[in-house]
Amino acid sequence: MNDTQVLEIQHAFAQQKDNLQQLEQQVSQYVNEITAQHEETLVATVLHHEPPPPWVTSVIEIFYFVAAILFILGLKRMSSPVTARGGIIWAGIGMILATLATFFHPAIHINIGWISAIYVISALFLMLGLKRATRADDGGIGLIIIITSIIVAMTPTLLYPSNYGLIVIAVMIGSAMAWISAKKVAMTDMPQMIALYNGMGGGAAAAIAAVELAKGGHTMTIETLAVAGGLIGSISFSGSLIAFAKLQGILKKSFIFNFQQLINLLIFITILALGIGIVSYGAADSGPLVITFFMLTLAFGILMTLPIGGADMPVVISLYNALTGLAVAFEGFVLGNAAMIIAGTVVGAAGTLLTQLMAKAMNRSLGNVLFSGFGAKVQASNTEVTGSLKPIDSSDAAAMMAYATQVVIVPGYGMAVAQAQHKIWELTKALSDKDVKVKFAIHPVAGRMPGHMNVLLAEAGVPYDMIFDLEEINEEFPQTDVALIIGANDVVNPIARTDPSSPIYGMPILNADYAKNVIVIKRGSGAGFSGIENHLFYANNTRMLYGDGQKMAAELVHSVKAL
Amino acid sequence: MIEGFTALYIFLLAALTGYEIIARVPVILHTPLMSGSNFVHGIVLVGAMVALGHADTVLTQLIGFIGVILAAGNAVGGYAVTERMLEMFKSSKGAEK
Repeated sequence: MNDTQVLEIQHAFAQQKDNLQQLEQQVSQYVNEITAQHEETLVATVLHHEPPPPWVTSVIEIFYFVAAILFILGLKRMSSPVTARGGIIWAGIGMILATLATFFHPAIHINIGWISAIYVISALFLMLGLKRATRADDGGIGLIIIITSIIVAMTPTLLYPSNYGLIVIAVMIGSAMAWISAKKVAMTDMPQMIALYNGMGGGAAAAIAAVELAKGGHTMTIETLAVAGGLIGSISFSGSLIAFAKLQGILKKSFIFNFQQLINLLIFITILALGIGIVSYGAADSGPLVITFFMLTLAFGILMTLPIGGADMPVVISLYNALTGLAVAFEGFVLGNAAMIIAGTVVGAAGTLLTQLMAKAMNRSLGNVLFSGFGAKVQASNTEVTGSLKPIDSSDAAAMMAYATQVVIVPGYGMAVAQAQHKIWELTKALSDKDVKVKFAIHPVAGRMPGHMNVLLAEAGVPYDMIFDLEEINEEFPQTDVALIIGANDVVNPIARTDPSSPIYGMPILNADYAKNVIVIKRGSGAGFSGIENHLFYANNTRMLYGDGQKMAAELVHSVKAL
Repeated sequence: MIEGFTALYIFLLAALTGYEIIARVPVILHTPLMSGSNFVHGIVLVGAMVALGHADTVLTQLIGFIGVILAAGNAVGGYAVTERMLEMFKSSKGAEK
């Protein structure tokens, strides 16, 4: 290779370099032009779905934070009868703040303009209608206002369909139905209404899971949480609906069939396998799996609840309440929503503890409630009943109480069924006028749910400081002249203390048999809810006042006043 | 977005709070309290709204729509029944009208 050749090559190189630079310049110019063009369209789309400025997200977070604090403080206040009413109002304010803030969430493209104005106005009319509809005198007009306001809200949504519009309408429909049913339900039916609303919450958590899984694009951890929340939420949904149907009397039988536990177990294992499959394949690619998964979880909730007897329902409702809380917390993780995580977890933990307390008060273990197909079992007791049933008439019973120093009234669910609580409160006032000290003794499971009897007495006007629970009142029975038992049976059966072969053996009871005299108001001489003979009724110091609870209570009031 | 251990901490602290609140509750308030906690998980409404907000197919819109109806029912119904029950609790001083 000589010098000329080297020079030539160098020259060629230099030329190529120039060409390359030119090309590079051209390309970058081209790219710039294209970006500039596209920027216009990009900006246009961004304007269309303009993300809210960062401060909006911060303000929403602050609202959620305040809501979470209000929930916790509200629940705390609900644990004392003096502040309880304030507690629910605090929690309610928290809920309103969180809901309003969510309308400005980036996922909901709120339309600030005439559409929103229509929504706000129709929502205000809805509230007005709800207020009227729950008044006894002109419910009809209220209902018309409610329906009109929902139709008015639907109009802009049909003209300009958007998820935002759907949200507004769904909130209006859900609120209206729940508000009216909640205001109309009788206090005795409270347990099943709680079950119903709780089931709705579980269903909503499952719906969130379904939407997020269908949308896809989540990490494996998030999908696992969504699947877990969906599983728990849908079990709580269908299970609570069955609990509602049972307590409401729509479903009367306990469905028990062969190999029930085994079938349930197999279904549950299949559900778990499907869940793992969904997470490992990625939810977006396993549509049929997701659908089968939700179908099976709903079926599982039904099958799990069907064999449980009515007496055990409160424990089950409480359990589903805790489960819904947990499902809400899981979906909170999926959506990155702190308010949902905190509120859901608080309810999950509180509900679990409450479930345990209830099961303990009923002398059942949770496992026993869920897996033994029971409640209806009647077991013959070994102990023979001694003594006889000794009737008394209402004027003698009234005299006994009117000249007593202390009377303890033991009400049971039978009193509520007979709607006798108002008459009993009248009786209490009549006795107090005669300087008789009257106290109410409530067994933890009196009524259909722990604390239910307190609500029923409160409805009649009985102040809560006259009401005592088992531990407070039991040592007072020996100093009590008359124990008046109305509509209660198993909770005062002394056999629970004495006969180990009895199904209720070991259950804490009210020691009404220690009182100097016992008067039992009872419709007939049949056995109680559990089918066990009550030895108290045959005791020497017991007198039976046969008749309808309300009628007998009225007669007692009359006789006491006449004395 | 709340990630990993932060989420775990929130979960743990919230669980302890829930346990503490209930631990000292008198039996007479069990039913209203269960109803009250039932209302509190009505916060699922917020999540259901967001989920419907990002629904992008007819199917997810339908599921989201049902979800929001159910959640609103949980929140509103839970509030109304709890308030009705608690409203009735009165002490002897308050009851003598």
